[in-house]
Amino acid sequence: MTGRFKHIIIVSVLGLYLLVPLFGTLLYSLAGEWSTTVLPESWTLSWYKMLFEDVRFLQALGRSIFVISASVTLSLAVMLLAIFIMTIYFPRREKYLKVISMIPYGVPGVVSAIGLLNVYSSSIIPITGTPWILIGSYAIIIMPFVYQGIHNSLYTVNATELIQAAELLGASKVKAVITVVLPNMMKGILAAALLSIAMLFGEFALANLLVGGQYETLQIYLYQQFSKNGHLTSAIVISYYFIIMIVTGLLIQFQQPGRKKKFVSANINELLLNNKTKQNKGMEGDLH
Amino acid sequence: MQKNKIYPLLGLLPLVLLITGFLILPLINMVFQSFQSSDGTFGVTQYISIFGDAFYLQAIKSSLTISLISATVAIIIAAIGGYSISRLASRANKVMVMITNMTSYFEGIPLAFSFIILLGNNGLFTLLFSQIGLDVFNEFNLYSWIGLIVVYIYFQIPFAIMLLLPTYQGLKADWRHASNLLGGSQFSYWRYVGIPILFPGIVGTYTILFANSLGAYATAYALVGSTYNLLPLQIGSLIAGDVFLQPNLASALGVVLATIMMIALWINGRIMRKVRRDLK
Repeated sequence: MTGRFKHIIIVSVLGLYLLVPLFGTLLYSLAGEWSTTVLPESWTLSWYKMLFEDVRFLQALGRSIFVISASVTLSLAVMLLAIFIMTIYFPRREKYLKVISMIPYGVPGVVSAIGLLNVYSSSIIPITGTPWILIGSYAIIIMPFVYQGIHNSLYTVNATELIQAAELLGASKVKAVITVVLPNMMKGILAAALLSIAMLFGEFALANLLVGGQYETLQIYLYQQFSKNGHLTSAIVISYYFIIMIVTGLLIQFQQPGRKKKFVSANINELLLNNKTKQNKGMEGDLH
Repeated sequence: MQKNKIYPLLGLLPLVLLITGFLILPLINMVFQSFQSSDGTFGVTQYISIFGDAFYLQAIKSSLTISLISATVAIIIAAIGGYSISRLASRANKVMVMITNMTSYFEGIPLAFSFIILLGNNGLFTLLFSQIGLDVFNEFNLYSWIGLIVVYIYFQIPFAIMLLLPTYQGLKADWRHASNLLGGSQFSYWRYVGIPILFPGIVGTYTILFANSLGAYATAYALVGSTYNLLPLQIGSLIAGDVFLQPNLASALGVVLATIMMIALWINGRIMRKVRRDLK
């Protein structure tokens, strides 16, 4: 029992340590007057009101959402296509895809910024300072997670066998992928997307070095406000963190083991019904 | 047979284009540029000027030191904390995993700002402690070497715990019972069962932490600007702004940073292989 007590103490201290900076920022963002006392002298929501009335903040938030959704969509689409083709047509070479998609993991933002600036600032495609260079480089830095997420869910739904089963039932490979494999992988794909979104919301190095003030994203805006008004900046940090909490909260929901098996059999059954007997869909439960 | 595989290859084109344009081409370009001197001749002049310059050597040394210290402290705290988390009852465990998961996204500019609010010159804790009369923070300066290490350690801990938790889940309670039944002490359990099983996970996590802080830019940039001499900050100041002053020197520094990372990953791989052979 003393052992358990020890663990509780350690974890409580750790939890407190991890939460204090966040809690301090939260207090600061809600404080009116706070200079000499232990707790704020007055409380106010005016910093948040000020923030959400600031057009510049809303624009920066909008730009971040645009860049992030574009790059996550791009990365997912390109990687899904590549993984499907590799698993179906070149299954023994799929490992090369893994090696390639892991490279960005070992390249820090400052390093990739050097090459990107070399290539795109004075050459035929001058996209430095525009959102396009950010979208491209963001699609690359999330690639390890996108690959891993898609690969894992392909593996858990037994994609190869599903495709073979669907083919036996008369579906083409493309149809098998679209109607059977993809719907079953939705959870895994969404989890990879959410993880990437949470990561990219916090990205600063590439945003600052490649684009900077020319296309002000949320992180750049935050940095610009940094030294101006502490309370307002706290409100930005807390709002930023609120977004991260929603995204990671959803992520945890998606990562919990669900009723995947039922989904798989339901879809296979549906195909079976459509292709062979075209019976009433109400039967699919009984068939299993 | 051959024909069948040509159309599928077309589907790989988008990925190939994306990776070439935004990863391979820039990296090759950086390496190529690093071997060019300012007047365009091919050679190692950039590297000679880096390794002959006390300023850049200092940057490399500070980056290595700060990464080693922050990774070491963080891995110790995370190893102990992670173990305690894994021993909690399932509900408390869930809450704690959630807290670490969420704080693991707390880094860069927002984190630097929070630490300034708490521990900066007019920070809450700084004022609070000086009012109580404790002068712990009198000699503490957030915008210095020690301040950077404190912040780095903070963002490494939740990250390290997230990476270590799966390893701890592999530590089965049965093995401890077996060790106890065979007359093993607490010490011999850890010496012969616990540590050997955890070791690869801890080494792997340590390498990732080291690489993570070696390449960290945002936190340091927000906290000390370019006043403190770190490798990522120097690279950043060489390439930031509209005028790209010394692309060749910046490229060479980038190659140096990337090489250090690769060496770290290579050492990690060696250790892993050795450990696995020992386990067999």
